[in-house]
Amino acid sequence: MSTSNWGLRESATFDRQTIAAIQRAAETGIYDIRGGGAKRALPHFDDLLFLGASMSRYPLEGYRERCDTDVVLGSRFAKFPLHLATPVTIAGMSFGALSGRAKEALGRGASEVGTSTTTGDGGMTPEERGQSKHLVYQYLPSRYGMNPDDLRKADAIEVVLGQGAKPGGGGMLLGQKISERVAGMRTLPQGIDQRSASRHPDWTGPDDLAIKINELREITDWEKPIYVKVGATRTYYDVKLACHSGADVVVVDGMQGGTAATQDVFIEHVGIPTLAAIPQAVQALQELDLHRKVQLVVSGGIRNGADVAKAMALGADAVAIGSAALIALGDNDPRLAAEYEALGSAAGFYDDFQDGRDPAGITTQDPELAARFDPVAGGHRLANFLRVMTMEAQTIARACGKAHLQHLEPEDLVAISIEAAAMARVPLAGTSWIPGQGGF
Amino acid sequence: MDPLIFDLSTTPLREVNAALHAADLDGEIVREIVIDKPAGAHSVAVGLDAPVKVSVEGHVGYYAAGMNQQAEVVIAGNAGTGVAENMMSGTVVVRGNASQSAGATAHGGLLVIEGDAAARCGISMKGVDIVVGGNVGHSSAFMAQAGRLVVRGDAGEGLGDSIYETRIYVRGTVASLGADCVAKEMRAEHLEELAGLLKAAGFEGDDLSAYTRYGSARSLYHFHVDNTGAY
Repeated sequence: MSTSNWGLRESATFDRQTIAAIQRAAETGIYDIRGGGAKRALPHFDDLLFLGASMSRYPLEGYRERCDTDVVLGSRFAKFPLHLATPVTIAGMSFGALSGRAKEALGRGASEVGTSTTTGDGGMTPEERGQSKHLVYQYLPSRYGMNPDDLRKADAIEVVLGQGAKPGGGGMLLGQKISERVAGMRTLPQGIDQRSASRHPDWTGPDDLAIKINELREITDWEKPIYVKVGATRTYYDVKLACHSGADVVVVDGMQGGTAATQDVFIEHVGIPTLAAIPQAVQALQELDLHRKVQLVVSGGIRNGADVAKAMALGADAVAIGSAALIALGDNDPRLAAEYEALGSAAGFYDDFQDGRDPAGITTQDPELAARFDPVAGGHRLANFLRVMTMEAQTIARACGKAHLQHLEPEDLVAISIEAAAMARVPLAGTSWIPGQGGF
Repeated sequence: MDPLIFDLSTTPLREVNAALHAADLDGEIVREIVIDKPAGAHSVAVGLDAPVKVSVEGHVGYYAAGMNQQAEVVIAGNAGTGVAENMMSGTVVVRGNASQSAGATAHGGLLVIEGDAAARCGISMKGVDIVVGGNVGHSSAFMAQAGRLVVRGDAGEGLGDSIYETRIYVRGTVASLGADCVAKEMRAEHLEELAGLLKAAGFEGDDLSAYTRYGSARSLYHFHVDNTGAY
């Protein structure tokens, strides 16, 4: 827009993006499908700040005094819980949505730093299993590629009820990405627009889920931790019910969490922000006396070590990253600017993961595009990123006087907006006021 | 060799399933196992992966013979929700009726329900063969991807909704067909296939001409604005 003509006033209601959306809908007659998470501005971790130690708290010496980062996931019932070196894990992303090489790279990067990675809606690939020291196998409504051999090979099982980008929605993978191999793994005709179920086919509600979890435990001889993943909506109740159903670990994914293909209207208008979900989940666990006994993994918009530390201070035991991991692999790399522009997008904006033409070779099944991506180099980049996130979180934790990331607590935080203070249930900076909790 | 007998009224389910998963159940000796007094227990004989014969002497709860591989499981009673869910291979026979989601998402093997099956029989089936002696409830073969479903009785509403490549054969009436599911011509290969399935399930002698084949019209395989009314 020209900035010289101040007589032009853009409508806040009908801004250019809104106008473009109406025009696009009118031209195509079909809703917009895209990848990524909610793009709207939301109260988030950036609205929280840490209170570093000074007189009333002692800090730890950076680089000299230990600040541990390890976490055990699944200690409630499983014979073999996961013991991870860092609480930053890799969220579920499917082979199909991602190329086999990208999945391999996620496994390599996670294994290099001693954390876990997760399958997705499409089964377990040998590349991924082979390169992942700790692999979580998702159990989804579609059950694509689900088989007991892979279940036994997994290190943990994640029963997926929903994801933050689309709580209440099923999977979607458009025909461009249903290659012969993807189709074979999912028992689908090649090239169709796959729409998977949003409800599990053989259980409904928490009482059934308890029986389902028991079946999965019986099949795997009670060895594997069982996670229950929910998209953040009625999080307080969902976490309580997940615990009632026998979960070892609850995963809560806020609306900033990404997807490979979902309707834009769904991504932007369903679910609640990650920040609002965590305190609800922690309250539910505390009321059941299960906080730290059933571990809480939080995902949805985790981008750096500060976000990790903030999520953990609010009560999470670990976090999961998806979008940030893809960026670390090479997604939206400015060096591919010309190619993104040729697709009608731009580096830093690209979200057409659904159409399989990713010039970075990550969200594609096109063999030529996929071949551009080097899983060894990509895995190493991811490992670097995971190390940086962990070190950043340690830096903050030491400043708050904590010898373990899990020692971070809500009392270490303040909010810089009223909305964030209300959602995160920490005081507005400079006051003792937590909106909705009384006090001033 | 005498069959191995477990009494579920005195032996914990965990002990029974652990024994059924034991490494020595591996085909060298085909063993017969009897599970007595199941009394509606859930997750009976789940996760088997050996060519053994398991007889369950009574009614079972949810997910009996779930994820079965290789084993031949006979349930002398009724089965609860999700019998033989996600079965990969082998055979599961229910002498009585089955509750909802029988054979859900199963990838292979043969599931025989001699009585009726409730709603969602064969939901998201991925290659299993299911033969039902009686009727099936609503939404059966919902999003069914592969395999064959034979119904010797009637089918409830919404049969084969959003079906992919599963073939359905129904002898009786169909209350209604789901989106994209249509009646199809019964060619010679289908008659042969149906006869083989009925024989495998122990139902020889049916008049094959009384059956109708149903499958996907394949009109919803791609998103298109003209299809929105069907969703």
